[in-house]
Amino acid sequence: MSILLSDISKNFGTFAALHHINLEVPEGELVALLGPSGCGKTTLLRIIAGLEYTDKGKVIINGEDKTQQNVSQRGIGFVFQHYALFRHMTVFENVAFGLRVKPRHSRPSNEVINKKVHALLELVQLDWLHSRYPDQLSGGQRQRIALARALAVEPSVLLLDEPFGALDASVRKDLRLWLRNLHHDLNVTSIFVTHDQEEAMEVASQVVVLNQGQIEQQGSPSEIYDHPANAFVSRFIGQTNVFDLNEHDNDWLKTAGIINVNSTGRIAHVRPHDILIEKSDNLQDATAVLKDWQHLGALIRLELVKNDISNSKKPVFAEMPKEQFKELALRIGDVVKLKIRQAHWFD
Amino acid sequence: MTTQIHPIQHTKKISKNISIQDPLWVRWLLITISIGFISLFICVPLGLVIFQAFSKGITAYFSALSQPDTLSAIKLTLLVAIVTVPLNTLFGVTAAWTITRFDFPGKSLLTTLIDLPFSVSPVISGLIFVLLFGAQGWFGEWLMAHDIKIIFAAPGIILATVFITFPFVARQLIPLMQEMGHQEEEAALSLGAGGWKTFFSVTLPNIKWALLYGVLLCNARAMGEFGAVSVVSGHIRGLTNTLPLHVEVSYNDYDVIGAFASASILAGLAIVTLILKTVLEWKQTTR
Repeated sequence: MSILLSDISKNFGTFAALHHINLEVPEGELVALLGPSGCGKTTLLRIIAGLEYTDKGKVIINGEDKTQQNVSQRGIGFVFQHYALFRHMTVFENVAFGLRVKPRHSRPSNEVINKKVHALLELVQLDWLHSRYPDQLSGGQRQRIALARALAVEPSVLLLDEPFGALDASVRKDLRLWLRNLHHDLNVTSIFVTHDQEEAMEVASQVVVLNQGQIEQQGSPSEIYDHPANAFVSRFIGQTNVFDLNEHDNDWLKTAGIINVNSTGRIAHVRPHDILIEKSDNLQDATAVLKDWQHLGALIRLELVKNDISNSKKPVFAEMPKEQFKELALRIGDVVKLKIRQAHWFD
Repeated sequence: MTTQIHPIQHTKKISKNISIQDPLWVRWLLITISIGFISLFICVPLGLVIFQAFSKGITAYFSALSQPDTLSAIKLTLLVAIVTVPLNTLFGVTAAWTITRFDFPGKSLLTTLIDLPFSVSPVISGLIFVLLFGAQGWFGEWLMAHDIKIIFAAPGIILATVFITFPFVARQLIPLMQEMGHQEEEAALSLGAGGWKTFFSVTLPNIKWALLYGVLLCNARAMGEFGAVSVVSGHIRGLTNTLPLHVEVSYNDYDVIGAFASASILAGLAIVTLILKTVLEWKQTTR
C-alpha cells in the first residue's frame, strides 16, 4: 500500500520537531528515513503509525485518510528499537497476540492461529524457540520475533524504528541482509528509521534524508550518493572533504584539476575516492604531505596535509585500493601530488 | 512458599558478607545486636500480647472475642477494609497510569499530593473530616437537615481510612511503571488491541505482583489505622469502634483479656501480612 504524507508539522512545546513534511512512498518500496539524532525521523514514523498525532497535515495510507484514526485501527505493523516483546508471554503467544485480540467475528480459530504462528516463526527461522520467554533470547532473536509478531496481523505497512540499533555490529550486518531479502519476498511497503547511512544505503530501495524536521533529499541510494542535493546530504552520506573557497583554495583546486564550473558555489565537496594520488617532486603540482594512513580492509585511507602557503592544517582524506598503495610505496612524510576527479559545489 | 524464600535470601546475604570481609567478631557483634534488638522490641511484645490474651485460658479468650461489642468491632473493621481497599486499588492504578503515561501541567504537584497522607499526622487527617462534615463543619447543617450521619458513624470512618491509605497502591506502581516504559503497550495497540484489552493482557500481568503488594499494605493499614479513625468515630461501643479502637476502650475499662484478645487478632493480621509480603517480594524479584 502506498503512503502519502502531506504537509505534516509537529511541535513538542516550543520545539518544532517536523515542519511541512511532504512525502510519497510508492507501494512495495523499502524506504529508509535517515538523519542525525533529533532530526524528527522517529517522530515522523510514529505519526505514520498513529502513536503520535500531528499538529497539521494528513497521513494517507492507500488513498484513505488515516490522520484521525487510532493506532489500533490503522493496520500497520510496528517494530520497536528495543523489541517491546511482551515479557510475560512465550514467543508463540507474542506472535499470536495480534490474532487473538481481533474482534470475535474476524478472529481465526485456534487451529488457524497455531498454523499461522508456526509458519511465521519458520519465516524468521526461530520456530524451535516457540516456548521460550523473551528474556531467554538474544537481541537478534528478539528482534526477529518482534518482526514476526508485527507481520502476524498482515499489516498494509511495516514500520521499523531503528530496528538494528540495539544489536551488535555482526548481528546487525546479518539482519540487514535478512530484512532486505524478507522484504523482497513479502513485498510489503516498509519504512525504517536509522541514523546509520551505511545501513540505509545497504538495505533501502529509497532513502529519505531528514535534518532538523525537514526533508533534505529523497531518492535511490545511488542518486543520493552521487548527486547530493545540498551540503548537508553530501556531508552526512559517506565521507567527504570540504574545500571552502573563502580560504583561498581556488588556485590549489585548479592545479589539482578542478575548475570552479558552477560560479555560484563557494564550497567544494570531494569524496575521498575521487582524489588520485601520485608521487611528486614538481613544485608546480597541487601537493600534500602524507601524515598518516589507515587500513579499511580492501581500501587504504590516506590522511594528507596540504603543502601550500596558506599553511592550513585541515587534513584531506583520500582512499585507494590496497594494491595501489603498495605499488606507490608511500611513507609517512612523503610529498604527493593530488588529482581531483570530481567535486560537488554548494553555496 | 516461605520455606523456599529463606535459603535464597540466606545465600545472598552470606556471599555479600564474604565480599565485604569484615572481621569475624564484628560480624557476630552486629548479628547479635540486630537479633537482640528485634527480639526485645518486636518478638517480646508480640509474644506478650498472645500470652496475655490466653492468660485466663482458651475459653476466656474465645468468650472475650464473642462479646457483641468485639464482634461488632470486627465487623466494622472488615466493612471498612472491604470498601477502602477496592476504592484505593482503583484510585492507585488510575493515578499511577495518569502519572506515568500522560504529560500534563500540574503533574509533579499531583505526585507530591499523593504522598500527603504520609506526611500529615493521622489526627490532622481525622480532624479535616470533622471540620468538613461535623455538626459545626462546612457541610454540617446541610447534612443535619437531610439526616445524613457521617461523623461518629461508619461513613466518616471509611472516609478517614480512604484518605489515610490512598498512597499505598500508587506508590508501589509509579516507580515500576516508570521503569517499564510504555513500549509494550504501544506494541499491543499497534497489533490492534483496544485500550482495555491492552491494560488487562499487557499492563496488568506486568504490574500484578507490585499491585498485590500495594493492596496488601493498604489493607493492613486500613484494618490497623487508629489516629484518624479515633477522631471521627466517637468511640461508641458496639457501633463505631473498629478493632484498634476497641482494644483501647477495653483496656481503659480494665478488661485485660478482652483488650489482648482483640489485639491478638490484629497481631495475627500483622504476621499474615508479613508472610504474604515476603512471598510477594520474592515473586517480584524472581518474575
